[in-house]
Amino acid sequence: MAVSGAVLLAAAAAAILIGPAALSPGAVFKEVLSHVPFVHIDSGLDPRQSAIVWELRVPRMVLAALVGATLSLAGGAYQGVFRNPLADPYLLGVAAGAGLGATVAIVSVGSGSALVPVAAFVGAIGAVAAAYSLGSAAGGQRSGATLILAGVAVAAFLTAAQTFVQQQNADSIREVYSWILGRLGTAGWSEVALMTPYAVVSVTVIMVHRRLLDVLSVGEEEARALGVRPERVRAAVVVAATVGTAGAVAVSGLIGFVGIVVPHVVRLMVGASYRAILPLSIVCGSAFLVIADLIARSALGPAEIPIGVITAFVGGPFFLVVLRTSRRGVM
Amino acid sequence: MSRLTAAGIGVTYDGVPVVVGVDLVVGPGEWVAIIGPNGAGKTSLLRALAGTIAHGGVVAVDGVEVSALPRRAVARRIALVAQRPVLPDGMVVSDYVLLGRTPHLGYLAVESDRDVEIALGALDRLAAGGLASRRLGSLSGGERQRVVLARALAQQADILLLDEPTTSLDVGHAQQVLELVDELRLERRMAVVAAIHDLTLAAQYADRLMLLAGGRVVAEGTPEQVLTEEEVAGFSGAHVSIVRGPGGEVVVVPRRR
Repeated sequence: MAVSGAVLLAAAAAAILIGPAALSPGAVFKEVLSHVPFVHIDSGLDPRQSAIVWELRVPRMVLAALVGATLSLAGGAYQGVFRNPLADPYLLGVAAGAGLGATVAIVSVGSGSALVPVAAFVGAIGAVAAAYSLGSAAGGQRSGATLILAGVAVAAFLTAAQTFVQQQNADSIREVYSWILGRLGTAGWSEVALMTPYAVVSVTVIMVHRRLLDVLSVGEEEARALGVRPERVRAAVVVAATVGTAGAVAVSGLIGFVGIVVPHVVRLMVGASYRAILPLSIVCGSAFLVIADLIARSALGPAEIPIGVITAFVGGPFFLVVLRTSRRGVM
Repeated sequence: MSRLTAAGIGVTYDGVPVVVGVDLVVGPGEWVAIIGPNGAGKTSLLRALAGTIAHGGVVAVDGVEVSALPRRAVARRIALVAQRPVLPDGMVVSDYVLLGRTPHLGYLAVESDRDVEIALGALDRLAAGGLASRRLGSLSGGERQRVVLARALAQQADILLLDEPTTSLDVGHAQQVLELVDELRLERRMAVVAAIHDLTLAAQYADRLMLLAGGRVVAEGTPEQVLTEEEVAGFSGAHVSIVRGPGGEVVVVPRRR
């Protein structure tokens, strides 16, 4: 925990210090400190430089940390409630729903519109709600497997709808595509403000359920024999994870890989108890996405690589190395 | 100390009845073994008694109907050891045993030091204290069964339901597990209901046997009453000789045709 916390701090510092405009580290730190309440300090930066630090780099870093934490935690929680190592936050159709919502918004009002995140959020929540009610109607209350299958069906349907809309409006394909690959490039304090409530609710609800996720890990029948109602825990966790994921998707698009790999890496390090996995996933997820974003915007600077490409490109090999060096099973 | 009463228990899967009208009373400190061929409904009956599946009939603990109680309250009275318990490989033994404290904790509560103490005490009681920090995936068959029992013990329920606790164990380890259950039932006056495959072991440990076939009770009573050559041949098509061991106990010996 201490090590991952230190990595997160280092990543955050690097993310604020590194950028196309060369600014001295001391001045940057003073600039950040000057925004702490009751601290009066002059960084010596001119207004343009101070805006680069406080209006561009800091909110972007904060948003990356929030999104990374939420996606990793939601992924870990999904893996727990469905007892499925392949579960990620997009399992029940969040990605497809958000994709459809965003595509419809982009082709009808343009990619710059404030309606895009709203439409993505509504699409994400709507998709999971549809999957959940379909799964429950088909008997999914008793088993998570039905719910996953309902999610697959809903996702396939919505993806088809999204592809159709996109085909009909081929001129905006580029904008839709860039949204789907995920980006933090437009991040400002308003996105941070938008994301924070969802992240807080999602993290709180999932964290208070972490002991019950351990109970579910012995299977639904035994959980029931221990006095727990698995369907109730699953509903609470799925709703919380969905709200957090939908918020993340709305502000940053579809950033893949974080939600599935970070909890697994953590599990390989600390064992199978969700009481340890979930808090560490928050820290490691934040650090991972802050670092990925740093690479995305500086590797080919000033051009930006879509962050989804970086998370998979860097995360994939990293995950394989961890898997290889670890002697423990994944689940 | 509790008395488990079940009346008219029925379980149906997809319209097919697998348990029909089973009545059962088990008092404190009493051990009832459920025997019968594969598919006789033993597991379904135990699940119904534990309340983990939908069933007909009434299950009561000390006269209080279980269906009227919250799930957590039921789990404080009745512990179920499944036939093939799920043991997540990477989980540490002490964390696993601690799960037995679940019914004693509020929905979102966290275990206290006392819960940890009870869990470790349960492991010690089953001579498995040395396993506390091991991972479940690294345990042998006998160790696994003791750890699972420790979880049930940490639950502090006084009715213990065991589904084939000795399958996949060799004779020595099977005896060890059954001896431990027997000690616990005497020490804590637990009511024990166990589905047991091995008829000789069932006869040695249980006060009473209940023979199920096709989901119905076909014979019930002391081992001497239930385990006759005709009865065993009748329910399982097996050819056996019933002989007496050196202590006068019933021994069921398979015979070649």
